[in-house]
Amino acid sequence: MIDMHLPILLIVVPLVSAPLCVLLRQKTLVWAFASLVCVASLGIASMLLIRVLEEGVISYAIGGWIAPWGIEYRVDTINAFVLLLVSIIAAVLMFFALPSVADEISGKQHYLFYTAYLLCFTGLMGIAITGDAFNVFVFLEISSLSSYTLIALGRDRRALTASYQYLIMGTLGATFIVIGIGLMYMMTGTLNMFDLSERLPAMFETRTAMVAFAFLTVGMLIKLAMFPMHMWLPNAYCYAPSLVTAFLAATATKVSIYVFLRFTFTVWGAEFVFEKLKLDAFLIPLSLIGIYVASLSAIYQTNIKRLLAYSSVAQIGYMMLGIGFVSITGLTGGIVHLFNHALMKAALFLSVGCAVLRLGSSDLADWKGLGRRMPVTMAAFVLAGLSLIGVPLTVGFVSKWYLILAALEKGWWPIALLALLSSLLAVIYVWRVVEVAYFQKADDDSNVKEAPLMMQISMWVLTGATLYFGIQTDLTVNVAQRAAGLLLGVTP
Amino acid sequence: MSGSTAILVSIALPLLGMPFIALTSRRPNMRETITLITAVLTFGTVISLLPSVMDGAQPAAHVIDVMPGLSLAFQIEPLGMIFALIASGLWIVTTVYAIGYMRGHHEENQTRFFVFFAFAISAALGVAFARNMFTLFIFYEVLTLSTYPLVTHHRSEEAMRAGRIYMGILMSTSVGFLLLGMVWTWQLTGTLEFAPGGILTGKASEGIVIVLLGLYAFGTGKAALMPFHRWLPAAMVAPTPVSALLHAVAVVKAGVFTIMKVVIYLFGTDLLSGAGLSTWLTYIAGFTILVGSLVAMTKDNLKARLAYSTISQLSYIVLGASLANDLGVLGGSMHIVTHAFGKITLFFCAGAILVALHKTEISDMKGIGRQMPFTMFAFLIGSLSIIGIPPFAGAWSKWYLVMASIEAHQYVAAGVLLMSSLLNVLYLLPIPIYAFFATATNDHDGLHEAPLACVLPLSFTAVGCLVLYIYPDPVLNLLRLIGGAMP
Repeated sequence: MIDMHLPILLIVVPLVSAPLCVLLRQKTLVWAFASLVCVASLGIASMLLIRVLEEGVISYAIGGWIAPWGIEYRVDTINAFVLLLVSIIAAVLMFFALPSVADEISGKQHYLFYTAYLLCFTGLMGIAITGDAFNVFVFLEISSLSSYTLIALGRDRRALTASYQYLIMGTLGATFIVIGIGLMYMMTGTLNMFDLSERLPAMFETRTAMVAFAFLTVGMLIKLAMFPMHMWLPNAYCYAPSLVTAFLAATATKVSIYVFLRFTFTVWGAEFVFEKLKLDAFLIPLSLIGIYVASLSAIYQTNIKRLLAYSSVAQIGYMMLGIGFVSITGLTGGIVHLFNHALMKAALFLSVGCAVLRLGSSDLADWKGLGRRMPVTMAAFVLAGLSLIGVPLTVGFVSKWYLILAALEKGWWPIALLALLSSLLAVIYVWRVVEVAYFQKADDDSNVKEAPLMMQISMWVLTGATLYFGIQTDLTVNVAQRAAGLLLGVTP
Repeated sequence: MSGSTAILVSIALPLLGMPFIALTSRRPNMRETITLITAVLTFGTVISLLPSVMDGAQPAAHVIDVMPGLSLAFQIEPLGMIFALIASGLWIVTTVYAIGYMRGHHEENQTRFFVFFAFAISAALGVAFARNMFTLFIFYEVLTLSTYPLVTHHRSEEAMRAGRIYMGILMSTSVGFLLLGMVWTWQLTGTLEFAPGGILTGKASEGIVIVLLGLYAFGTGKAALMPFHRWLPAAMVAPTPVSALLHAVAVVKAGVFTIMKVVIYLFGTDLLSGAGLSTWLTYIAGFTILVGSLVAMTKDNLKARLAYSTISQLSYIVLGASLANDLGVLGGSMHIVTHAFGKITLFFCAGAILVALHKTEISDMKGIGRQMPFTMFAFLIGSLSIIGIPPFAGAWSKWYLVMASIEAHQYVAAGVLLMSSLLNVLYLLPIPIYAFFATATNDHDGLHEAPLACVLPLSFTAVGCLVLYIYPDPVLNLLRLIGGAMP
């Protein structure tokens, strides 16, 4: 019986728990409760993925109202994978949360923090699970509004402007999306994605369809921080509390990319988007320019969180590049990188969080000699950094392999070469941190302790995952390949 | 122990040794004992594989399929066997030497040194035993990363800059070219397995073969083919044992070994020699041989001179591979062995001079033969072997390489080899000659050798140069099996 309702439970449980946090109030209690919710969601998400892999698409009609009239939750390989990713990250981060939140957020706001955290989590899961276009917008707003709050909680006062900047850009993006969805509704009279995909082809020739697509796409590209619409991201990541940065970096942009995949491939269809409108002619160059510009910007940053934020923009470029190839291999690369990058970036931001806890700063200059002062944290940073570079036996290599292979399959060897050479820029920005941490002497000789065990657990689980999934790629590549096949409408 | 277990054990042993070395950092004697035991056990395991390989067997071990069709797997063929024997065997010798050197020279952070040294050896064995290009690439990159902390051991400004060059060149060539070549090969053939006769025949046009060979040859930055050779002199800031074992043997030989493997088992010598597709590589190698030697002559710093000499000598092996005939393969792989013994002797001597007399510049080394007769005599032997004068090992490999050039009608290559020997004479022999016959520039007389732990290893490898000349047959017999079909 309960099996049947797994999809809705995945949303209802965190959604209802969020206000309950306000009632609980007591710091540790709230944390324990939020952790429990995240772990429960992880359990549900894993069961869903297993069921999807065994039985195929799961459709859930909310309130018993059958689609296309009611809202449908529709779980297939792609979003089951995204749901799992978001819930894994949310759950693993909870270890880190206890000491980190205690350090960075004033005691009175803890329960509000966890409320916003759970709401944001609900929003992201909702975006991923729903099969209804307008519902996507609703959950997008839930996650966005709560993430503005979360970012604004940062200690530095500049967090407020960063959050405001994100609010403006995020609202712009969301508005564009809702305009796009509105036009689609106007044309077809339906909001169900599956239904839309059947009714839209009849409208492909109309100008309204083009406009709807344009609004929707630009809106999504803003939300996923595609270059050059990424300007909100570096500040938001830089000034948010450590935990929030790690959480958003690993999930928010990834879910937006999922939305992009869903609308582009499932709703509009690859034929319309890539053969008629030739979106790839726009995506591929933009991704490549984005990779280079953002990586070069990362090289010149003096704040490590901002450095990693720019690196995220570059990595989004790799994902979009893979998507832009519109082939099984390319999409596999893009989707695998979506998962892999979430792991490595979360691990990196967590190690930065550990250092911030002890040093109170993520300025590169303050990291001098950290290799000696916090060897464990720096070791995690280096390992996750190697993943970012794409060294074999790390997840980064797996993504890189598929992206390069996809480019060569198309015969586009200059793109393959450009993508490979760009990963050398990652070597430079990761190594800048390594050199400061290992080769320079700390200014003061005060002893710095390692971060608390709870934080290290989260950090090492994710760092370990970047290595594990670099060697054991059965799950990730397999699921990504199936998802790619599903998106392109072919069975691999 | 079965073949496949022995392969995995030999790669795992140095890794297993690492935590124990790290844990005994406060007790140097214990730590070094553990390193030595690990080295001996590793060598023992490697050598236990030798008899079956000599009989033509090729033990294999499969670890895991990393991606569909791309597996982490090992298989020993004769070339890998000889490389593994050299790397693990000389590790023992180098460990003894390192004990004397690191203590004698009062180096800091010796624990970290021994830990990463073991790591590097494990990676080198992984390269040697790789069954496919994918596995080889993995360990190739691990080797780069594990040697970085050794190169930058002193953590000085200079070490940091050298580290940048080291990582920069090795990473950019391997990522930019080698990986691209690999993915391309995979895309063309659907496999990266090393197979006798190659996998590319009939799968790629001549133009693509040439481009691919370029990607592999230049992508293997560790082979130090010009213009991607600058990392090797930069790496000389490392403590001498690192320069000796890693940057004269394990790391650089991993590079030329990779090129050999690619030429023999990915392209196939027939594919390359048939249409002369690798002739251009012969010229690049010849150019590197000559220019490397010429630059070596201008260096007054002994380690820098030896580094450029290594660059030049590595290209002998690349040249052998590029000739793409049996004799070239034989000579090239023989040179992996003979150069290893010769050059490690020279580096050991350079380090011994540094420990005993604190000298690094050749111009200061006049007359030191009276203070360090054993060391300088070993240096003489090493030099003669590098030059290729009988009765020392280097003579054999040069002989085969010249023969191979003539057989391939590459008379220019033969000329380059002879010319290079002459240049070797000019930049190597003056050092021992001045050491023995010039008047001393420093005052204190009498015997002043480096610690015994330094002198014994360098005498051992010097004797090795002689023994390999007299009994080359075991090595040659093994190497003649290269390229044979897998049973």
